[in-house]
Amino acid sequence: MALRSVISRKTLGSLGLGFSHARGLQTFTLPDLPYDYSALEPAISVEIMRLHHQKHHQTYITNYNKALEQLEEAMAKGDSSAVVKLQAAIKFNGGGHINHSIFWKNLIPTSEGGGEPPHGALGWAIDTHFGSFEALVKKVNAEGAALQGSGWVWLGVDKESQKLVVETTANQDPLVTKGPNLVPLLGIDVWEHAYY
Amino acid sequence: MHGTAATASLSSAFLPFQGFRGSLDSTFRLQWRKPKAHRTLITAQIELKPPPYSLNSLEPHMSREILEYHWGKHHRGYVENLNRQIVGTELDGMTLEDIIIASYNKGDFLPSFNNAAQVWNHEFFWESMKPGGGGKPSGDLLYLIERDFGSYEKFVEEFKSAALTQFGSGWAWLAYKANRLDVGNAVNPCPSEEDKKLVVVKSPNAVNPLVWDYSPLLTIDVWEHAYYLDYQNRRADYISVFMDKLVNWEAVSYRLEIAKSLAAGREREEERRRIEEDEDRMADSEAIEMYLDSESEDSETD
Repeated sequence: MALRSVISRKTLGSLGLGFSHARGLQTFTLPDLPYDYSALEPAISVEIMRLHHQKHHQTYITNYNKALEQLEEAMAKGDSSAVVKLQAAIKFNGGGHINHSIFWKNLIPTSEGGGEPPHGALGWAIDTHFGSFEALVKKVNAEGAALQGSGWVWLGVDKESQKLVVETTANQDPLVTKGPNLVPLLGIDVWEHAYY
Repeated sequence: MHGTAATASLSSAFLPFQGFRGSLDSTFRLQWRKPKAHRTLITAQIELKPPPYSLNSLEPHMSREILEYHWGKHHRGYVENLNRQIVGTELDGMTLEDIIIASYNKGDFLPSFNNAAQVWNHEFFWESMKPGGGGKPSGDLLYLIERDFGSYEKFVEEFKSAALTQFGSGWAWLAYKANRLDVGNAVNPCPSEEDKKLVVVKSPNAVNPLVWDYSPLLTIDVWEHAYYLDYQNRRADYISVFMDKLVNWEAVSYRLEIAKSLAAGREREEERRRIEEDEDRMADSEAIEMYLDSESEDSETD
């Protein structure tokens, strides 16, 4: 879902990607933030937002595109060891792109409702599965603080069991690497670059 | 690391590990006990060692501000959390290297591993740098670098690449690797000095080459907290400045000498043990011959 909205027809068209269409390889571009860089102050500074979006996320996209191109070549040549070797780069950088695309959408300025507790179906589900919103916040905080190294904390839903879960993933592993039925609802970047 | 303290800490990285390997084979299980409530004597005392220079002396390459956070908050946090974790347990009172090897637990980390390894890694990192550092190594270290990497420039390239491609949090290392296999009866039929080599390795999060039984010689911290305040996302710039302006090559040379003498000492120890085993085996086979002799004597009388 998140990916499809990121690589809309409009984005592709605006870059004149006729070349890549002909080769059949889709390339990705940095999605715009749905708010200004300064809109999340004072919670998150404008400097960090700019760096995080224009440097870190952009680098993941650039390297993801490069890895996909190399993968296409390796597949065309039947170079199996190259194909396998590229998987790590695709997971890192593609994962980084997926996760950050979700992340920007999870945030919104307080003037537009950012920080308010959830209502409706989600609020009810949180109460059912965690007891209360405060309990969820406590759990997410604990998981995030306990994470060693770089990674993400997620609130997700298990499609099969219809339950809400709190999970962590390492580095840029998307939530789906923790379970094929898991769908991310909210992701918190706990790489140091997200808050340093 | 200075003088005997360094020798003590490095040697204990090896000898106890051999002991542990033996005991891990025989289903040794580390007892993970919670601290006893009635104990009033607190003994866990891993220290927060300060860098061997003041926090502003690496400017402008590494700012005082980042060192205040890096040493004052991150490194300090690891020390405090480790002491809290080990007090009253079996790990309490052990040396830092022993705690690391024990908690590594062949990859199935115990809770204290991250903190213990990070304490060691950061001490090692501060001592890998010095004000006015950088330049080129010399002497035996340079000779081995040129032998094992082709040239100093090629080594720098490999080291920088490892540091740059360690995804997420971690470390890049120059290490001395003696030729050893982690198998009890493995014997190198043609051992030579060439088998012992310098290698560049990278490791994720808290892992360090002690757990692979290598001797670390130099490290660079590539967790984002190590460079973010000074270089933001520009890890490549941080690594270049580290190589050009910060590396303490004297410390690296010193660590190499210790590593070489430890490796030589272990070889002598293994040789001695092999000779002993051969002698025991020969003694056993003599006993069998005597038994056969007496049997034939009996048949003669019959």
